[in-house]
Amino acid sequence: MNIYALLFYATAVLITASTVIAITRRQAVHSVVFLVISFLGSAMLFYLLGSPFLAALQVIIYAGAIMVLFLFVIMMLKVDAGEENKFPRRFWGPAILVGLFFFSGACVSVLSDPSIAVPLKLEMVTPKEFGRFVFEQYWLAIELISLLLFLGLVAGIHLGRDKGRGEEDPE
Amino acid sequence: MIVPYGHVLVLAGIIFCLGLTCVVARRNLIMVLIGVEIMLNGAAVAFMGSGLLWQRLEGQAFVLFILGIAATEVSVGLALILHAYRRSGSVDPDTYSVLKG
Repeated sequence: MNIYALLFYATAVLITASTVIAITRRQAVHSVVFLVISFLGSAMLFYLLGSPFLAALQVIIYAGAIMVLFLFVIMMLKVDAGEENKFPRRFWGPAILVGLFFFSGACVSVLSDPSIAVPLKLEMVTPKEFGRFVFEQYWLAIELISLLLFLGLVAGIHLGRDKGRGEEDPE
Repeated sequence: MIVPYGHVLVLAGIIFCLGLTCVVARRNLIMVLIGVEIMLNGAAVAFMGSGLLWQRLEGQAFVLFILGIAATEVSVGLALILHAYRRSGSVDPDTYSVLKG
């Protein structure tokens, strides 16, 4: 086992643990903080899998912008953490059973495929190559994404508007 | 040489399942949206591993598109949550019963 594999498994454990902690917190603010750790772990994973550019984007957009937007809205809502209804207890048994069944089935089918067991060859992609590739092959998709971001901005302004005061949603 | 592709896929599956659990089990619209984010993150990890397996740049390009879509989805979703909270005073989706006959 070389250093990359060791780093991969350590990062995987970090991501899984912080995500489990995040989705079980009562306070939404706590879960957002643990989710930032989880997304920083994903950025580490992207770097290990050969893309420093996407690792930087993951830190800036996911762990930065999106999580700060969540914090803004949580602070605006003033919701008491104790009032959340619990998931009905009688549903937990069947839910866990069905989930484990499908997850173990997927794991068995993935891990039993012999062609999938070959170790991945590490190849770093520089931002320059990546940018050339995206803007030569997928320029239309980039334009559509930018249009989508614009529509998100319009929808955020329209839906977040308070009557008469013109208050805007952040971003 | 790093880990086998299967291990990356299993990790992506674990992240996706955790997000799905969050969406289904929590009764708070903000936590539901956080669960959707976790699921998108799991899909991005799977795309990264696939791109490395076939030595193609498409996997990383789709991670970029997932980032853009996640940003849009969060801004619209949070604006909708704010709108619903102002109209009903709650972020529990079980209390929304305006359409009930």
